[in-house]
Order: sequence, then C-alpha cells, then structure tokens
Amino acid sequence: MSASASQALPDDEAPERRVRSAPLILSAPAALLFAALVLTPLLLTALLSFNQFDYATGRTGGFTLEHYLSVLTDGYYLEIFLRTFRVSALATAICVVVGVPEAYILSRMSNPWRSVFLLVVLAPLLVSVVVRAFGWSMLLGPEGPVNGAMMALGFGRTRLLYTEGTVIVALVHVMLPFMVIPVWTSLQKLDPAVEQAALSFGASRATAIVRVVAPQILPGILSGSLIVFGLSASAFAIPGLLGGRRLKMVATVVYDQYLSDLNWPMGAAVAVLLLAANLIIMLTYHRLVEGHYRRRLG
Amino acid sequence: MSFLELKNITKRYGPLTAVGDVSLSVAKGEFVSLLGPSGCGKTTTLQMIAGFVEPSAGTIRLDGRDITRAKANSRGLGIVFQSYALFPHMTVFDNVSFGLEMQRVARAERRPRVEEALALVHLSPYAKRYPRELSGGQRQRVALARALVIRPPVLLLDEPLSNLDAKLREAMQFELREIQRKVGTTTVMVTHDQAEAFSISDRVVVMEAGRITQIDQPYRIYEHPETEFISRFVGKTNLLPGRVAAARDGGATVSLAGIAVDVAAPGLSAGETVTLCIRPEKLRLTAPADGLLAGRVADRFFLGSQWLYHVDGPLGTVMVVTPNDGTPPVEAGAPVGLDWTASVVRVHRGALAEAPDPALEMAV
Repeated sequence: MSASASQALPDDEAPERRVRSAPLILSAPAALLFAALVLTPLLLTALLSFNQFDYATGRTGGFTLEHYLSVLTDGYYLEIFLRTFRVSALATAICVVVGVPEAYILSRMSNPWRSVFLLVVLAPLLVSVVVRAFGWSMLLGPEGPVNGAMMALGFGRTRLLYTEGTVIVALVHVMLPFMVIPVWTSLQKLDPAVEQAALSFGASRATAIVRVVAPQILPGILSGSLIVFGLSASAFAIPGLLGGRRLKMVATVVYDQYLSDLNWPMGAAVAVLLLAANLIIMLTYHRLVEGHYRRRLG
Repeated sequence: MSFLELKNITKRYGPLTAVGDVSLSVAKGEFVSLLGPSGCGKTTTLQMIAGFVEPSAGTIRLDGRDITRAKANSRGLGIVFQSYALFPHMTVFDNVSFGLEMQRVARAERRPRVEEALALVHLSPYAKRYPRELSGGQRQRVALARALVIRPPVLLLDEPLSNLDAKLREAMQFELREIQRKVGTTTVMVTHDQAEAFSISDRVVVMEAGRITQIDQPYRIYEHPETEFISRFVGKTNLLPGRVAAARDGGATVSLAGIAVDVAAPGLSAGETVTLCIRPEKLRLTAPADGLLAGRVADRFFLGSQWLYHVDGPLGTVMVVTPNDGTPPVEAGAPVGLDWTASVVRVHRGALAEAPDPALEMAV
C-alpha cells in the first residue's frame, strides 16, 4: 500500500496535466466546426443587418439602425412575429398533449410491439420535410381527398390550405418525434416501482400519472418543448408551402427580403430579431420550468 | 385464526411456473418472512399479495375477504419496496402524507398522523427534505413511515434492507422489529438473507424453486431443517454421506467411511443410504485421543466472535466453529479430536444430491 503510494507520487503530476487539457483537446473539433459553420455566418448576418440599403444601388455598406427601427415600428412585421410565435406555441402545446401520453404508452408496451411503434413514431424523420409538406397540400388542397369527402357529406368546398390551422397541424406532424424522444428518455429513467407505490397507497392510475409520473418527466417535457418551439418558430418549409404568400411567417419573410426584394440588410435584421426573440422566450420558459423542479430532482 | 391466507397460489409465465401451489396462513400481528435464493418465487408471491401480479390459480384472503382479483389500489396494503420507490419530487412530509391524501383523510387529521409516523421512525427533523437529500437508511425509514401511516392491515416488505451497508442493516433489523411490535401490524417480508429472516421473524417460510419447503419458527428451521437444501441454505453445515448399519428403537447406528456413529433418529432401516448434517458449531475440538474422530487442522479463519476451522480427517474436510472465548486458538496443522453428542446430528434420507451449489454458498 505505502510502496505503491510513494511510487505513484512522482508520476502524479504528468497525468494530471494531461487530464486537464484532455477536455479542451477532445472538444476542439466540434468547437471549431461550430465556430466555422454557425458562429461565422451568424456574425456576418448580424454585421449585414447594420448595412445601409438603397433600392437603386443595393447594399451600400456603412452603418444604420433603420432596418431595426422599421421592423420594430411597422405593424406588418409585428403581426408576422406574433403569428409566428402563436403558431409555434400552439404547435408546442399540441405536441405536449399528444406526445407525452404517446411516449408513456410506448414505454408501457412490451417488446416486440414497443420497437415496432417506436419505429412508426420515428419513421417520419426519414422523409424530407418538403415531401411531407407537399403531401399535406395534396391532402388538403381544393381537389384533395379531404375536400372531396367534405363535399360528398354536403359541407361544400372549404379552403384548408394557407390557414394557420393547417400550418399548425403540419408542424405538429413534423415536430412530434422531437417531443416523444426526450420524454421517452426520461420515462426510461423512471423506477417502475414508484408508480406501483402510488397505486399501492390507493391512487387511481390517472392520479398516479398526474401526481407521480408527470412531475418526474418534467425535464423531458421541458427539453422537448424547447426543441419543438425553436424549430417551429424558425421553420421555413412548412409555412412556406402550406401558408404560402397569404400567411407569412418570420422565416418566409426573411426569404422574401433576401430573394424577392433583394434587401439583404432588412432580411438580416429580421433574422437577427427572430433569433433574439426566440432566445428570450426559450430562456424565460426554461428558467420558469426548471426553477420548478431544480430543488426537487437535483 | 388466519388473517392473511394464501391457498394453492400458482403463477405461471407461459411454460414456466414461477410460484407453484403455495399455501400459507398468517395470523394477525405476526411477522412472517419468505426466505429463499433469488428466483425462488418469493418476490412474485409478495407481488401477488400486493396485487401487482395476478395469480394463475388459487385464492388470497385478507380478513375473510377474497382479494385474489382485487386491484392493487383497492387493497390498502402498506408496501416497502426494495428500491424504496419514494416520490423524488415530494418532501418527506408529502411522501408520507400521500397515502392519507389518497384515502381522503381530512387535512387537519393528516398532519398529526404524518408527524406521528415520522416520529416512529425518528425522522421528525427531516420532514421538509427531499428524498435525494437523505442517506440510504433515512430513505428506508421514510418508505417505512409512508407504508405505516395509512394503518394498513398488512405490511409488505420487499427486501427492505438489502440496499443498506452491513452495519446499518443490522441496526435496522432490530428497529424494524421494534416498530412492528409497537404498531402490531401483520407483516410479510421477503428476503434472501437468512440472518435477517431469523432475527426478526416469528415464522420463516423457506422457498425453493417456486415452492414452499418448510414453514416454522426460525430456531426450529435452523435446528431441524427438513431437507438437505434447507440445511445448506440456512447457515453452514457439514453434510456427511453414510449408510445405516443397524437400526433400533428411536435411533440407529450409521456407518460413515468405516466409522460407526450413533444418531437419534427414529424410523430408519438397516442398509438405507442417509446423509448426516452436523452444524459446525455443534462440533467440539478435543485432544486427539478423546474425540469420536481424529483429524488435523488444515486451515483456520478468524471471524471475530468465532473461529472457523477446516479439519481434515477420515470423513474429508469438516467445518468446526468455536466461540472466541479468549483462549488461544488451535494452530493450523495441529492434530485434534472431534466430538459431538448424538442428539445434534440430523439425518436426511437418501444420498447427497450433488456438490453444493456455489451460489447458495454465497447466499449463506
């Protein structure tokens, strides 16, 4: 014992230094990739948003806050921002309502059904969002089967495309796996005896789920809703294809500014504002929910 | 008058019988342990009493009422889980209060009852803590308080002490028994630890491969194991194969590797193959010439309060345990004699089944 301890002493420092630098070295590739591919374009976008713009000459460099001022004071942009966050919040809420029970039921299934249904839940991720958006527009279009059925039932032709409802439904469809996966992960960590304990003390199954299971998977629900909200608020393909020109969302406005108006600085300003608003909403939400369970669950 | 009665309870999983034809009746206020190696069906039996597993056949009666198919949340039993299964997002107080809330006990009445239960397990100062802020032993007590506060007709303990370290486990054993005596709740405990089962139970049910092999008081099970499996599983034992040389009224002479040994077991007939069981602490070390057998100490182990000797002799290696009474122990290699009285020898009919299962030896 003492022999090995004295032997270990001289060598002690070298491995420690190596160990201390190991995290830096190991995370360097990912950090470099992140800096090159995410931070640099973000920084360039931010710089671009302060450039002056003239319809006759295009981007002219220089420094101005006029794009920010016009976005923040124009009711047109305000409406689009509000719509974007309303649609994202509703899509997130529906994902919680649908995805959490779905994950719970999935976790209670036994194999092989569990694997089969997990695959069914995740399978949509394998199909491009654009393809799925076209699928929805065929389904809900004026000549689509849904309208066909409504006409056959005597409801008349209804405009389903280019409405907020359709965009929300399609967003839920695309985002659901991102809710199911984190909730499923936190359910996996749950001791099944805890639910049994609740039952043994006379709780109904519903009470056991609400009082005992749900609070423990709150971290999973939190991360799921952050992912869903963030992806929905910046979604482009779904609002672009199902909301069209009529129902603009922030991401489609950015696209239009860049490619139709060729007003790059304005598009950049809108993009930066979307990022900032998204960050504020998500951090607030995170703080609220996390504060709720931090002390309890550690 | 049995309070909790299992009658011919069977649980099959496909072709596998986890629990076969188990019948047990527990009197009111009694502390009964189900003891057996892992996979013997003891936990499944407990889960059937709790209502988490439905029996394939048989009936369970509680206080005269058939609860075989009753839902777990309608049985009102107090259960302490092996993992404790505390609600991690609730304080100790809320954990204990949960069962009362579910029974719709008025808020005003809940508080004194929770406080009383916490006082019973000496946890009153910890009421506002969360489970993760408690030690293992404290969590175990919360689980116990939570199960007792609802004043259950039966308390079920699933390996309640197996997650505690040895010292704490021993202290908790006695505390568990003391609390059980105080509140007088009928208790069924599942354990694989025979010391735990023996020290705190009124009766012990030994299970093997899904069946009950013996139900008796701990002392009787230790002294009169009915099968060779029990004598091996419960404590240490020397198993010696022999053949009955001569039978007489109330006893017999058994020949072991050429040595004649008197035993006090009735009903044996000459020529029968038997296995003799002698507990190591029933053997005495004597001077080489004085014992019934002569041998040589092959090895010795210091167990603190006792010495364990391996003695090589005509019967192979025999274990002997002597109390550490302060006198100098016998040295390894020294010649010794082995002596015992005829009444301590237990006789099982038939040959030694097979070499002792190492897993069982571990459990001992």
